[in-house]
Amino acid sequence: MASNPEITDSYSQYVALEGTYDEMCTAKGELREHWTYLIEALRSLGPAEIQARRREATHLLRDDGVTYNIYGDPHGLNRPWALDLVPQLISSEEWAQIEAGLLERAELLSLLLTDIYGPRNVIKKGLVPPELVYAHRGFLRACDQDCLPKDNPLVLYAADVVRRADGAMWVLGDRTQAPSGAGYALENRTVMSRVMPSVFRESHVHRLAFFFRTLRTRLAELAPEEADDPRIVLLTPGPHNETYFEHVYLANYLGYTLVQGSDLTVRDGRVWLKSLGGLEPVDVIWRRVDGHFCDPLELRADSRLGVAGLLEMVRRGTVAVANPIGASALENPGLIPFLPRLAKHFLGHELRLPSAATWWCGQARERDHVLANLHKLVIRPIHRTLDSRLVFGAMLSQAERNALRSRIRAHPHLYIGQEQLSFSTAPVLINGSLAPRRAILRAYLAGTKDSFVVMPGGLTRVAAKPESLMVSNQLGAVSKDTWVLASEPEKRESLWPTSSMTPVDLSGRESLPSRTADDLFWMGRYAERAEQAIRLLRSVFARFNDTAQSGDPIANQCLTVLLRALTHVTVTYPGFVGERDEWELQQTQAQLQDLVLNLERPGTLASTLAAFMEAAYAVRDRVSADTWRVVNAIDEELGRLDVARLDLVGLQQALDRLITGLMALTGLTTESMARALGWHFLDCGRRIERGLQLGALARAALVPVQAKAVEGLVLESVLDAAESLVAYRRRYRSPMDMSTVLDLIMQDETNPRSLVYQITAINGHISTLPQRGRRARSRGHKLSLEASTLLALADTHELAAVPPESGVRGPLDQLLARLDHLLKEISTALTESYFSHVEGPYQLVDTQAEDGET
Amino acid sequence: MNYQVIHTTQYRYHGRVSLCHNEAHLLPRNSMDQSCLSSRVMVDPIPADYSEREDFFGNRVSYFSIQQPHDRLTVTATSDVNVNDEMGQLACDKDIAWDTVRDQLQTGRTLELLEARQFLLDSPLVHVTPELVAYAEPSFVPGRAILDAVLDLVSRVHVEFSYDPGFTTVSTPLAEVVHNRRGVCQDFAHLAIGCLRAVGLAARYVSGYLETLPPPGQPRLMGADASHAWFSVLVPGVGWLDFDPTNNQMPMGQHITTAWGRDFSDVTPLKGVIFGGGTQHELKVAVDVLRLDGT
Repeated sequence: MASNPEITDSYSQYVALEGTYDEMCTAKGELREHWTYLIEALRSLGPAEIQARRREATHLLRDDGVTYNIYGDPHGLNRPWALDLVPQLISSEEWAQIEAGLLERAELLSLLLTDIYGPRNVIKKGLVPPELVYAHRGFLRACDQDCLPKDNPLVLYAADVVRRADGAMWVLGDRTQAPSGAGYALENRTVMSRVMPSVFRESHVHRLAFFFRTLRTRLAELAPEEADDPRIVLLTPGPHNETYFEHVYLANYLGYTLVQGSDLTVRDGRVWLKSLGGLEPVDVIWRRVDGHFCDPLELRADSRLGVAGLLEMVRRGTVAVANPIGASALENPGLIPFLPRLAKHFLGHELRLPSAATWWCGQARERDHVLANLHKLVIRPIHRTLDSRLVFGAMLSQAERNALRSRIRAHPHLYIGQEQLSFSTAPVLINGSLAPRRAILRAYLAGTKDSFVVMPGGLTRVAAKPESLMVSNQLGAVSKDTWVLASEPEKRESLWPTSSMTPVDLSGRESLPSRTADDLFWMGRYAERAEQAIRLLRSVFARFNDTAQSGDPIANQCLTVLLRALTHVTVTYPGFVGERDEWELQQTQAQLQDLVLNLERPGTLASTLAAFMEAAYAVRDRVSADTWRVVNAIDEELGRLDVARLDLVGLQQALDRLITGLMALTGLTTESMARALGWHFLDCGRRIERGLQLGALARAALVPVQAKAVEGLVLESVLDAAESLVAYRRRYRSPMDMSTVLDLIMQDETNPRSLVYQITAINGHISTLPQRGRRARSRGHKLSLEASTLLALADTHELAAVPPESGVRGPLDQLLARLDHLLKEISTALTESYFSHVEGPYQLVDTQAEDGET
Repeated sequence: MNYQVIHTTQYRYHGRVSLCHNEAHLLPRNSMDQSCLSSRVMVDPIPADYSEREDFFGNRVSYFSIQQPHDRLTVTATSDVNVNDEMGQLACDKDIAWDTVRDQLQTGRTLELLEARQFLLDSPLVHVTPELVAYAEPSFVPGRAILDAVLDLVSRVHVEFSYDPGFTTVSTPLAEVVHNRRGVCQDFAHLAIGCLRAVGLAARYVSGYLETLPPPGQPRLMGADASHAWFSVLVPGVGWLDFDPTNNQMPMGQHITTAWGRDFSDVTPLKGVIFGGGTQHELKVAVDVLRLDGT
């Protein structure tokens, strides 16, 4: 076989799986008509070009930071999103059928939801056994009667659809809680249209914008009062959620503020966003937090993701939540066998799109069928939990099957058996040629007042392995863009309505949640802390190499001073601060490596960078794509630090690369972030940290009096670590002198690395921040004024003087100690006045009820 | 018989609480056997927001929130309730067998039976375990009249378990109660409910108050009583019958019902989420049940 076969070859080599419907080829091996254009186009691009576009797609996805988090995998945070270059194709005629089927299914579920939180006629009339509602974890009694909107309660609904061997489309399951993937579908589309522009254009693909516009309109419509411009927020569980990327992406795309539960509060009978400017009213919450977790007062008491009192506000109608809390009652495969009856009851006819044959074990005959046919069926609990993956009976051992049987017997109403559908395959580009893989389509519907709009397309996912029927992102599935092919080109539509031509200026009401400000502040602090640590480490390494090569005792004494300073600055005691005056080189080297690489130990470079990433990830909706690329690069470097225990040379090279990344970040934020509140917090954090680090270094290295020759070397290293060596040499052209150095790093207003420069910048930031109350000056402002006054009044000659019979420069020590205290107090003052309402809730009564756990 | 119930709950926090949201099941509901004549909840400090509604089970729920800084919260519920003690609950079909009821629950299509089915299921604090099945077994011999069977269970719980207020808290799991054979009224109610569900009967948790009669000639002690809990069982065609395992009896005019649900977690008298206040607090609860004159 050729190592790089032509796509022509790969197509003629393409062998569909025996007895399986293939999306691209007929059973006779002929290309289906709606695939001919695409395959022709791929053919004419040629293998080299296809590889190039594939790489481009990968880069785009990485640069956009498209990721997916895998639970329980230490390297699972930020896993790159996998997109296949071959889209899934569906013809317009077939799509019309699917669309109609999905619409009626969505309408049915919407009516069912309204009924089970209302009159519950379906139970009273015997259409649904009571257990299917009452034993399901998604049925929340607290939401009974008045927590749903009066009209269509579902704002976003998703169905997993597959094609069976006979070519018919079947529904596998429903998503009504907070369906994920619509954002990924949009991102896939964006990347595909950039990477394959002409193929995309000529294929006349139905566009997605109308779907998202419907979603926006509906969310705005849900606002309690006919506010002209309701505030809509997207509630995320946070950066550790598997689809956090999508939350950020959709919030940005739709123009919503991304919030976590702790950003919201209930007061005066409504929900508010805790922003820097104070409390701002919230009208609609689009949630990605599961229903149970939405309100620790009435629902799961241990939830940190929700808002206490939210449900009561929903009940009163002062805020709307979409999908309504409680909507996951419909995510219940046990309902499937009852859907035909329910369809007749609610719609007057049966459903066009059939569902996979399902037996609910709550009925004796069905239970017996499932128990007897375990080896042929897929077994699922009626509600989703993280550990309740679907189980393929065929893949179980005898012992496992018996264990499953007794679990089913103990709680039959909690299980279903479902026929194992053999669904269709789609062609996937693997190592340059096409291979068949099982495919599932997640289709999305956006609600309107009385019906739905179907997204033309959706998220197609294909299994990772040839024979696998398990298609799960958690198991490494690959995604595809889904193209519904129109017969003629479609008018290009934008998400934003074109009628209002005047752009609305939202700058006045830009909401910066307090938590976001907090994270930006710490992102700045950690970035600067990492940068300073690297600079100091590099100076130490330079001296270390010096000493190791020359064995010069003076260099060695200087090294000792620097090593101690390193311990003080990074607060990694006992470190090099101890009884001994000298260390074996070997030990020193090991300690230094640990100080860079040990992720578990606070104060090391690795742990500082990890904290930086954590803060950066939490605010990624505030960070530009370019900036995010730099953050990604730093993260990758951090990942590499983690894997290999580097030798000293490798370590120093890694440090150089990291500092380049951190400097690029500083440059980008300085050059491209709007001078809005977020920037002030980021930069203020950076300045405070730089001041603290510089002060700590000066205090540790310059306060103890050294022999003249040693002092010269120490001064040089301190200047080097403080990025002021070049400035010193250029300006003074004299040997190292203590008072001159102190002047440059403390009082020189033109040196962007000096203490006074930082204090001045902090002062500027603080006076820009919004003030609460009428006091003339905030506490932070007073503190920074004191710091700048102290610095202005200091006399570097006096500070540099060596006092008789004392080994330390007392006045310098006192001044630096005071400045250190003031900077820390400024940080505290900012925390108290701007971030402190991030105070966590706790429960008065702890009943530890295991709600519905089985 | 008319009663006045005064139920006071006081929290003292070790720090300042800046905001709290609370939910209370403190107002007695109406039922076949009682009517609530008047009731009110007083909250100190004065809440910024207060409202009442009916929950899923038809109980009365109060929601309130306090937005001013405070280090103490006092909630006082005062209710006048008329309890019917004339119509004896025993005037029912004593002879219906418990296993007939069990089968009716499985197959019956009446509204009463369909609605009762949810009280057969596991609930947040009561999970049916093999231990509960085994404990229930001796009382539920085939064909035994349901009343006899339940009374037998109640009296066994009363005899075999010791009342020990120091032993359990609201978060003690049922398994521990069963293992140690000790607990309080809430634990005994949960235990009996678990046993009944284990044999296929619908059982619900009832929270309320009990008038403890003073010894003759002595004045009634104020504040001596606490809130109480028992359970009820569905007998189709008759309704829900109450049983008090702590006192080994069927309530007869001395039990005042506040609320019912699947278990304690549905009817917690007072719960809340507070912001600030440190991580410690002290709790004092006092309940007074007074017989009103002239009835």
